[in-house]
Amino acid sequence: MDALTSEEDRWVAGPGPDATGPAAHAAGPAADAAALAADAAALAADAAGLAARDSYGRLLALLSASTSDLVSAEDALADAFERALRTWPAQGVPGKPDAWLLTVARNRLRDHWKSAQAQRVLPLDAGQDAPADMGDVDADAIPDRRLELLLVCAHPAIERAVHTPLMLNTVLGFTAEQVGRAFSVPTSTMATRLVRAKKRIKAARIPFRIPDRGDLPARMTAVLEAVYGAYVIDWAATGPQARQLPSEALHLAEVLARLAPDDPEAHGLAAVVQLSAARAPARVDPDGRFVPLADQDPSLWDPRLIDRAHEHLRAAHARGQLGRFQLEAAIQAVHCARRQAGMTDWPTLLTLHRLLHAIAPSLGSGVALAAVTAEVQGPAAGLATLDALLQDGGQHARRFQPARATRAHLLDQLGRSEEAVAAYDSAIDLTHDTAERQYLQHRRDRANRCR
Amino acid sequence: MRYALLMHYREPAEGEISEEAIAEAREAFGAYGRALEQAGVLLSADVLQPTAATTTVTRRDGVLRVQDGPFAETKEALAGVFVLDVPDLDAAIGWAEKCPGVQWGVIEVRPTATAFVDGRWTR
Repeated sequence: MDALTSEEDRWVAGPGPDATGPAAHAAGPAADAAALAADAAALAADAAGLAARDSYGRLLALLSASTSDLVSAEDALADAFERALRTWPAQGVPGKPDAWLLTVARNRLRDHWKSAQAQRVLPLDAGQDAPADMGDVDADAIPDRRLELLLVCAHPAIERAVHTPLMLNTVLGFTAEQVGRAFSVPTSTMATRLVRAKKRIKAARIPFRIPDRGDLPARMTAVLEAVYGAYVIDWAATGPQARQLPSEALHLAEVLARLAPDDPEAHGLAAVVQLSAARAPARVDPDGRFVPLADQDPSLWDPRLIDRAHEHLRAAHARGQLGRFQLEAAIQAVHCARRQAGMTDWPTLLTLHRLLHAIAPSLGSGVALAAVTAEVQGPAAGLATLDALLQDGGQHARRFQPARATRAHLLDQLGRSEEAVAAYDSAIDLTHDTAERQYLQHRRDRANRCR
Repeated sequence: MRYALLMHYREPAEGEISEEAIAEAREAFGAYGRALEQAGVLLSADVLQPTAATTTVTRRDGVLRVQDGPFAETKEALAGVFVLDVPDLDAAIGWAEKCPGVQWGVIEVRPTATAFVDGRWTR
């Protein structure tokens, strides 16, 4: 079981050691705006950083929706936040700060268009030229177009690898530096990728629109996967490092569930992320050593996050439509139930893993199924399941670290120490995470002594 | 917003495609053209002759050169151009999906930067 837990457990990053507030780093207008957003909000109503991120994403989505021009919208929003910082301390915070920011940013955009039009020597549009005052904006009626923005970020015309960074940058206002660190990419490289994607959105006119019902499921799947990508690292592609994202990034899944309340998978995804994050404090012991799920102290798990996840699960199940993320969340929920029950319900886990592997087969789900089979039916049955998977999966499956680690544990349990030591060695070769590598070395040495 | 749908595919050899297949393709392109026209999005549609009929003209090196054959020999060649006026990329992709050429080739969806309309280049 250890390999499964080590795998799924570290798929979800908790707050990284470098987690910093939005004001700590600045790179580009989005960065400044996010930093200023936080400052302005703090000035305004002592609002939490999350509220500032919500405002930032909402305002940016609104400002860019009609033109698909994120870069200009970011510039205008940064200007608005800057002006708020200059004027609010002296003149007092306006009653509706978001409406104030929106109006100022819209006027900036209008100025920008006007000067662009003047250069082209075209007559000005009288309507567009008219000044907009604060009375134009009803704060309660500010529409939320962040779902459209998320759909744009995960549009099929945008390179897949940029979907998640683009969401973190535009919807939550994380800086290129913060996003770059989470993806182990230098700041300048990440900044270039983000700008390229934004230019593409504008040039090709990717619409800020909810697609019609025929296209929506496929497009939502891309959004869900990109949000999931903020927390999960694809083993095969990048190696198993945890994302070093500030803890507010957890908020992205929550935002999506709020924006798409009728989508059971959006709730399922939020629950997965929260249940995994809830266990973050128990994942590493005081000496920095990796603690597999089975050995974790449930009293260290965050009950608030677990409760919130269960609210999402109830909302999802009320829709009566099963999906991959709901199943993953259900699996996490069964693990977390050990907090109350004191023991793990393996037969239920086996049923859930079988379902998951049937509707969303992957190497990860196959290895997990083998590990749970071993818990219920014994290590020999688990090893048979795993070896069948490795047989079918070819080269790729044999290079899959969780498969090697699980195989080592199962051989160890079967008392086949010689083979177990060799299997541990081959798993250690593929393990990038220091804490987990130490853990596997410790297990190998123990198996070695039994030879 | 204007988009060009650029059809690319491998040019078939003489006689490689049967008369029936050609008739079917002609039928499909006919229906496609009518659908574009009825939707009011079609600005122009041209299916090109094979690259064997191409002449390339350049004065890039200072000397006028008129050459027989295409600019670049590629496995897949530009085979047709549809220019549409649709609101956004999703609409353009939607029409590209329905283009018969997507069955055997690749459709490049490229937004127009500027077009000469009513005596001047648009913005």
